[in-house]
Amino acid sequence: MYQHTRLTTNRLGFFQKFRNFDYILLVCILLLGFISLATMYSTDGGEIKFHTKSHFTKLAVFTLMMLVMSFINIKYWFSIGYLAYVAVVGLLVGTYLFGITSSGSQRWINLYFINLQPSELMKIFIIVCLAKFFHRMKLENVNSIYTILTSLIIILLPMGLVIVQPDLGTAVLIAISGIGVLWFAGINYKYFIYTILGFIISLPFVIAFLKPYQKLRVLTFLNPDKDPLGAGYQIIQSKIAVGSGGIFGKGFLKGTQSYLEFLPEKHTDFIFTLFSEEFGFVGSAILLVIYAIIIYRIVAIGASSRSYFAKIFCYSFGAAIFVFITINMSMVLGLLPIVGSPLPIMSYGGSSMLATMIGFGIVMSARVHNQQLIA
Amino acid sequence: MINSSSDNVKKLNSINRRMFITGSLKFFVMIGIVSRLFFLQVKENKKYLTLSDKNRIREWKLAPVRGEFHDYFGNVIAGNFEAYQLHVIPEQVEDFRYVIYRLKDLLELSDNEFKKVLKKKNEIKPWETLIVSDNLSWQKFSKINNHLYDLNGVKPVISISRNYPFKENFTHLIGYVSQANQDDIESTQAIKKNFVPGLKVGKVGLEKTFEEKLIGTNDIERYEVNAYGRRISQLEFQKGEKGKTLRLTIDTEVQKLANELLKDKAGSICVMDIYTGAVVAMHSSPSFDPNLFVFGISQDDWQLIRNDPMKPLVNKTLQGNYSPGSTIKPIVALSALENGIVNTSFTVRCTGKTEMYGQTYHCWKKKGHGYVSLRNAMKQSCDTYFYEVARKLGVDKLSETAKKFGLGEKVFGDLFDIEKKGLIPNTQWKKNALGKGWLLGETIITGIGQGYIQTTPIQLCLMTAQIANGGYKIYPHIVVDDKAKDQPIDKFTPLYKNSKNIKIVQDAIFGSTNEVMGTSYRSRIDNPKYQFAGKTGTAQVKKITEEERELDLKTFQIPYEQRDHALYVAFGPYKNPRYALSVIVEHGGNGSTTAAPMATKLFKLIIDRHKIRESLRNKKYLEI
Repeated sequence: MYQHTRLTTNRLGFFQKFRNFDYILLVCILLLGFISLATMYSTDGGEIKFHTKSHFTKLAVFTLMMLVMSFINIKYWFSIGYLAYVAVVGLLVGTYLFGITSSGSQRWINLYFINLQPSELMKIFIIVCLAKFFHRMKLENVNSIYTILTSLIIILLPMGLVIVQPDLGTAVLIAISGIGVLWFAGINYKYFIYTILGFIISLPFVIAFLKPYQKLRVLTFLNPDKDPLGAGYQIIQSKIAVGSGGIFGKGFLKGTQSYLEFLPEKHTDFIFTLFSEEFGFVGSAILLVIYAIIIYRIVAIGASSRSYFAKIFCYSFGAAIFVFITINMSMVLGLLPIVGSPLPIMSYGGSSMLATMIGFGIVMSARVHNQQLIA
Repeated sequence: MINSSSDNVKKLNSINRRMFITGSLKFFVMIGIVSRLFFLQVKENKKYLTLSDKNRIREWKLAPVRGEFHDYFGNVIAGNFEAYQLHVIPEQVEDFRYVIYRLKDLLELSDNEFKKVLKKKNEIKPWETLIVSDNLSWQKFSKINNHLYDLNGVKPVISISRNYPFKENFTHLIGYVSQANQDDIESTQAIKKNFVPGLKVGKVGLEKTFEEKLIGTNDIERYEVNAYGRRISQLEFQKGEKGKTLRLTIDTEVQKLANELLKDKAGSICVMDIYTGAVVAMHSSPSFDPNLFVFGISQDDWQLIRNDPMKPLVNKTLQGNYSPGSTIKPIVALSALENGIVNTSFTVRCTGKTEMYGQTYHCWKKKGHGYVSLRNAMKQSCDTYFYEVARKLGVDKLSETAKKFGLGEKVFGDLFDIEKKGLIPNTQWKKNALGKGWLLGETIITGIGQGYIQTTPIQLCLMTAQIANGGYKIYPHIVVDDKAKDQPIDKFTPLYKNSKNIKIVQDAIFGSTNEVMGTSYRSRIDNPKYQFAGKTGTAQVKKITEEERELDLKTFQIPYEQRDHALYVAFGPYKNPRYALSVIVEHGGNGSTTAAPMATKLFKLIIDRHKIRESLRNKKYLEI
């Protein structure tokens, strides 16, 4: 009891908070930001052009934002959990109503100073929301019908709003983020097993309901050489780029596949392909190690946190980041069908970076305030 | 509180357990990704590197430089010249409309030409080369160069193209080149291999026959290209090889004279070395300028050539099947001597006409020649004598001798695909081809080179050459150093049974030109250096009716298409013969008045040129 009182009343000073920073995580994030800038510079053909400039601005602003966030007590992030979720759902509804349509889907909403993709934010805020939902729940109540139904609604509501955009890829990623929280919250194993089994059984029916372009993506994934200049083009060119990189790569700014514009979407989803072509196996492995350290630090912060909310958020966020990276890489390496999923921090795209940085900010805050208990 | 803390412990245990499971899963997935990277980048690296190079490197072939044709003395008769061209790459031009209208003014392009250029522009990609003009005059080319300052993106280019400096002189021999079409590409491997858009290939003549030697190999440029096929940078330039230059046996001076002699006439002249078989001149008239075809012939020029009644497109030397007329008589005489049918003292009385098997056969001389022996009959070209000899000889024996001397067979083998075989008839042939029996009357007119018998001018030349060289087989050829084809085993095998017979025929031909009453006496040259022996021929184009015979019209009184062909075959110098020739003038009337005088002029030049030719040949040996 004594301890409890002491710690909850303990208010950290500014410099104490500074000392509590996870510098390894910070350095890794900055390093990743630097690599992403260099790669963006390469996609611009070795010149500082629109993409490089814009990426730099976002990186600078959002890193600053992350630092500011880390100084704010984790209690505060806990308290706004539901509100943030509702706000983003509101944005999704707004997107559905007045969104900007681009290349066949309505994903962006114009907020006057920025064009935002709320579905990217939802990947993070669904974790915040569910983490709060499970924070105070007793273990025996976790598997109650009420809990499961509520959490399913929390997941399915934004998912539905994203699917109608239509953006199946992001919807799936939101679901994975949410399910991650359910997993760590202690939902019975059998539900996961049933879900996986049910998914596998229903797969043929799901495919039947897919849109023609989505079906094509699946078929192309199974046999990319069938239509090398059409649907299979992206994946074939991507594999050629990665494969031709070799052990040490073709050298910075020397990736012929990207420089000569054989690579599709090289700024966004396929950014890893370009990086891998120029820096080879060694460079890719180093990038993976940086990501691994980041995830490891996130998990470690979660383990050292005293509050259940911080723990569950860090674990789930680490898992989500890991899944985003894995899906993006598997996609460009030809292990998964093409689903639009950016590589965190590396890919060009403000909303995705904003979401990731918010996640890092909350993790940092959890680290700085790791002795904070939340009632 | 106790409850709560025990619940907290349970919760912590649960979440940590699940974190452990998740962590292990992450580890294995990470290993999966790394091994996939390893597989692609290390194990399969070579495969993907090749694919990446295939992606980015593209080859551009440039038109190869075509080999030349030289005459015997090394003069270029089909060469290459630098064509001044104007190229525009549309995407490099800021204001295409301005530039193209400016060019239209400067080049004085007609509306039609201008439209063609615009159409071409729409067909190509913006970074591909648009050829505005492929053969500019020097004046226009320099004018463009002076105005380059406001013609951004316009490139004056010097490109290599075919040129025939002697224009119509060698057209039928060498042929011409023109843009390759689908058939050319499919039929010739070398064209397929070296094809580039705009490649010019041989269409007829030697240009076509020796395509594979002449064509050369492409220059190859390797460029790095982007995904849209745009060139980014040049990686390599591989110089091609120029095609082989072919030296011909032709003497341009003689060829030019032949062309001059046949000006405004339809016909052919060929001249041949009687020992080596080297063709010194070979011309078919009328001819046309092959340069017209190089950049595509205009519709007007094409119609003019195609519709000319004298048929300039036909190579009469090789394709013209003519009745040999009296030029066949040396072979008839030789065949009769060889077969022992006649001897030098055998005589026939010519009364101007003779009745045989109920038909009347006329001699060309109404009054008749009286009693004629072989020598006299040859000299005066008495038809009656040869009717009688042919009757006694029979067509089968005659055709055997004629074929031995190269009639009825392609002279150049497969050198020219257009060459005709002619026709030496015999009883077997008629039965096979026409399904009818041979009539004796047909033998009789074959004896004076009429009826079914047909020969080409080059065959007559070869026949004369083989009589002149003492009766030895030779193989005519046009290309020097064509050794493989040049040395068949039976070269110089005797074609006679008794060499005395050849001498008798030669002497009779000599009389025909150099003795009073001889048919070509007026065309003789007394100077022994140039003295030649020749046999005239007048080939009827249609059967002469009795009425016409009565009228006895002069040549100019008969319509052009019905006039006789004038022929002449000769060899010289008589003392030590070296060259044989054949002249044929379509519808030229009489052999002795039209064709024989040409031989006079030809022999003067040929024999004068012989010394130069020989010295070049000896020099060549010395050089070796």
